[in-house]
Amino acid sequence: MAEIKLEDIIKEENLVYKKSKVMTDNTLHYCPGCGHGTAHRLIAEVIEEMGIQGETIGVTPVGCSVLMYNYMDIDMQEAAHGRAPALATALKRTMPNKYVFTYQGDGDLAAIGTAETIHACNRGENIAIFFINNGIYGMTGGQMAPTTLPGMKSSTSPYGRVADMMGGPIKMTELIAQLAGTHYVTRQAVHSPRHVRKAKKAVRQAFENQKLNKGVSFVEIVSNCNSGWKLPPVEANKWLVENMLPFYELGDIKLNGELVNK
Amino acid sequence: MDKELRLMKGNEAIAEAAIRCGTDAYFGYPITPQSEVIEYLMSEKPHERTGMVVLQAESEVAAINMVYGAAGAGRRAMTSSSSPGISLKQEGISYIAGAELPALIVNVVRGGPGLGTIQPGQGDYFQSVKGGGHGDYKLIVLAPASVQEMYDFVKLGFELAFKYRNPILIQSDGIIGQMMEKVELGPQESLRTPEEIEKECPWATTGKKQNRERNIITSLELDAYKMEEFNLKLIEKYKKVQENEVRFEKIKCDDAEYILVAYGSSARIAQKAIKLARAKGIKVGLFRPITLFPFPIKQIRELIPQVKGFLSVEMSAGQMVEDIRLAVNGERPVEHFGRMGGVIPAAEEIVTALEQKLIGG
Repeated sequence: MAEIKLEDIIKEENLVYKKSKVMTDNTLHYCPGCGHGTAHRLIAEVIEEMGIQGETIGVTPVGCSVLMYNYMDIDMQEAAHGRAPALATALKRTMPNKYVFTYQGDGDLAAIGTAETIHACNRGENIAIFFINNGIYGMTGGQMAPTTLPGMKSSTSPYGRVADMMGGPIKMTELIAQLAGTHYVTRQAVHSPRHVRKAKKAVRQAFENQKLNKGVSFVEIVSNCNSGWKLPPVEANKWLVENMLPFYELGDIKLNGELVNK
Repeated sequence: MDKELRLMKGNEAIAEAAIRCGTDAYFGYPITPQSEVIEYLMSEKPHERTGMVVLQAESEVAAINMVYGAAGAGRRAMTSSSSPGISLKQEGISYIAGAELPALIVNVVRGGPGLGTIQPGQGDYFQSVKGGGHGDYKLIVLAPASVQEMYDFVKLGFELAFKYRNPILIQSDGIIGQMMEKVELGPQESLRTPEEIEKECPWATTGKKQNRERNIITSLELDAYKMEEFNLKLIEKYKKVQENEVRFEKIKCDDAEYILVAYGSSARIAQKAIKLARAKGIKVGLFRPITLFPFPIKQIRELIPQVKGFLSVEMSAGQMVEDIRLAVNGERPVEHFGRMGGVIPAAEEIVTALEQKLIGG
């Protein structure tokens, strides 16, 4: 039997995946199976493919992705909790030719940062907002988020979320799609290769739109939180399909400034 | 060239100075008694005059975070507000200090606490000089006592902000903001070009160039020892500020046996009080701190040998008086006289307080 040598296998023509140059070599701190890593990668790949690494400024939130700047090889600012759209507004207005995006979780964007989100969208700031919705506060240890589903258990809704008492989950993406300042609003997911490919197209669209100067591009990515949901990665993705997606329906909500009829 | 003189409100002087000294961006939210700042800016179309961005934000919180964003990109960014609004901005101010960014904040102080009053006050001294937001940090605090100083301190504020990479606070009050005085205007400066900004601020998030590492603006450090190292670095910076940036004014202090210590509007009224007291034969001088941080500790101590006592005059329950007492360190009596709630003290009241509290008559 012929000896198998690694160098015979690892060749340029056999490569099916390569880490984007826009991602650093730092080890991700995310839990195994978490969707953040995939979402980061998509943004990095799009920046690399568009050749805008030197023209892009990102704003990170408070939450699990607070350290996103460790993983992206671009200029970044770390905002206070919920304030990323305010920073992005100022960055874009003082540097209108740059590409500016925020990356925010559901607690950051849909709870404490509601005012900043809605008003940046309403003003039609020419930025991209990437909204990672996993229905829970991950970093602080699995507390109820504005997007937590009814009945869903968290450390601050230990018997399940009771909508009558705690309010129901907020659909921020549908809400901001109503605002005249949003140009492109879509909801995507990253739990399967098919969804990852679609999400990447949405990320690309959001960056491309900044050339048009027509307002906010808003991409929600429904994601998982294995630790917060207390499920192994594969089961978490199954739970996402069975519970999150029926409520947070995937697809485009607004295209070219027009609401999509469903 | 002839001097360019204009009769202006203090708030308008802030706005005109911002345009003239090449401010890149102003973000604000209306609140009495300082709304003229953003009103004036909007009416002046600064975008046409210089390219300056002026935006009315959805809240004071958003406005200061916009300042944070623009400052991170090396821009000369500022905001203004009044006391309750400044309370809201404290989160952002702490982040800006923690990220070591230059920024200018103007507080046209009104009486408090809570919603308080729309009349002038000086009750924000503690908030301004002792931190205000969370964590160990300091602002450089400039206290104008005239409309001219309102104008001049905008440019000075930005110079200090970029020199030390630290937020600067102009601590004004409702009197200085609203009153009209003659102002000598400076020349119109143009905005720095993006290339000039990149050169002046190599740390700014202006887009990662091939020849440099990525720039990250953050105040986060999870390693306790590194965080402490950063805290120590900030302390060193504030020490340098204390050594180099103390500003003050002395009026009739040479032969004074008693010293009134007052800043801002109170210093204006105290000047009148000195005249009244001297007419009565009391040798009184005025010491006016212009920087509230760094506080003129050394300069106040230098007066100790010649004087019998100090009277702090403030439109507050007595805040700056604590810093005067720390400076004097028990070597002379230090008393406080103040009115609150938007009540403006009369010069006669100050003289009476001086007589009763220090001279003993």
